[in-house]
Amino acid sequence: MQKTKASNIIIFIILLVLAMAFLTPIFVVLMNSFKGKFYISDTPFLFPNSTTFTGLQNYTSGIAKTGFFNAFGMSLFITVGAVAVIVLFTSMTAWYITRVKSKFTNLMYYIFVFSMIVPFQMVMFTMTKTANVLHLDNPIGIIFIYLGFGSGLSVFLFSGFVKSIPIEIEEANMIDGCNPVQSYFKVVLPILKPIAITVAILNVMWVWNDYLLPDLIIGTEYKTIPIAIQYLKGGYGSIDMGAMMAMLVLAIIPIVIFYLACQKYIIEGVVAGAVKG
Amino acid sequence: MPTILAFLIAFVIPFVMGIYLSLTEFTTVTDAKWVGFSNYAKAFSNQEFLNALWFTVRFSVISVISINVFAFIFAMLLTRKLRGTNVFRTIFFMPNLIGGIVLGYIWQLIINGILNNYEVTLTSSATYGFWGLVVLMNWQLIGYMMIIYIAGIQNVPKDIVEAAKIDGASRSKILRNVTLPLVMPSITICLFLTVSNSFKLFDQNLALTAGAPSKQSAMLALDIFNTFYGKSGYEGVGQAKAVVFFVLVASIALIQLVLTRRKEVEN
Repeated sequence: MQKTKASNIIIFIILLVLAMAFLTPIFVVLMNSFKGKFYISDTPFLFPNSTTFTGLQNYTSGIAKTGFFNAFGMSLFITVGAVAVIVLFTSMTAWYITRVKSKFTNLMYYIFVFSMIVPFQMVMFTMTKTANVLHLDNPIGIIFIYLGFGSGLSVFLFSGFVKSIPIEIEEANMIDGCNPVQSYFKVVLPILKPIAITVAILNVMWVWNDYLLPDLIIGTEYKTIPIAIQYLKGGYGSIDMGAMMAMLVLAIIPIVIFYLACQKYIIEGVVAGAVKG
Repeated sequence: MPTILAFLIAFVIPFVMGIYLSLTEFTTVTDAKWVGFSNYAKAFSNQEFLNALWFTVRFSVISVISINVFAFIFAMLLTRKLRGTNVFRTIFFMPNLIGGIVLGYIWQLIINGILNNYEVTLTSSATYGFWGLVVLMNWQLIGYMMIIYIAGIQNVPKDIVEAAKIDGASRSKILRNVTLPLVMPSITICLFLTVSNSFKLFDQNLALTAGAPSKQSAMLALDIFNTFYGKSGYEGVGQAKAVVFFVLVASIALIQLVLTRRKEVEN
């Protein structure tokens, strides 16, 4: 017993050191976000002192330069919209292709699964062109593109779950006089809730942080947060490091709040997603 | 069915068109001229592409091994009965939620800060970019993989471990002969996720070094992007590279799945 106690303390200390190491990068950025821009690249690991401390100046200039609040709103709009649409429509699709057995639904299922291993670069150019031709190159259109490109994983996860629901429940509804739409909203969707949360979490993590798709489809007219940060870099080499640090902090804050608020679901979602995948 | 429609527009049509266009020369989709496999020949005689390919392969091998080894060790430590394991899990997982672009700039600051002491910067040599990306990927993905390993380890039935202990098996023996085979499904998933993530890495690469110096630290995804949007007239070559990339990612992922699935045991 004594031995395990001692080894537990050692492991605890090791973990504590590792945890500190994991947090250091975030801490360094936070520290530098309060320093004048000329001091950041010289001494990134020192605390701000009386000469280097600039208060909130980096934040105000960063917000002004990037239009941070617009970018935040845009990111929020696209993420919420895309995730809502993905959860609603892919669950319907998955329900349909699992319950209606035909050659077509079988084929669809395999194409959805196949799409999961196709890297984005494969369809990058042609998807962008298609979106332009169809006038989907705006914040509403991109939600539609996200639904299309993100449907593979979501349909796959939902299908696995639908298979485990006994079909008798739905048959009983049919006998009670529900049509398929009623039966979907009243019976199937509530049962799908756990996996719907998983799908939503995985998609939030993806859409919120996605850089390339919004950059290519809607360009610089409407910037999301990752794009606003990338464009802060601007021309060759000249970065306002102060504004950059402040923006990095502001970009991290929402996701950390989101994480702490739904931590339980996020970790469960990752596990559920992985086990099915 | 909106999903099917969106899926057609965002995936099926671009995919089919992509394969067709890789065999043509074009600048816009409508002026495609059939050129057969010459785009592929050009892609493979392109030094930047070969360089990116080799860079990506080296990077993936190293980061896949290191991420999985560390994640597994973390998971082993955190499945013991200890105080504060939940807090530790929360901290280790957090970097994963931060987007690739942001991650790239965070590490740019830190690595440049360290290299500054030796009067060099991240973009002085591709070696720095390489190890920078390895560290960044480890920081980002260890927590994610750790969570999956923890779930796997917790599913190992306690009575089997107890039985092995009573039979006098040492710790390392239990790990090798009991735990590892039973968490094989988790290993399959983690390898799959790390392999495909390493190969497809783009945002982090763009933000950390953007391929500098002179494209030596560009990975495949970034090289393909530059071919499309950097040089006019090379769109066909870019698409051919993308097809090669797709075939590569898909076959590695499938081979890996088959190999590790074979090692899984029913529990």
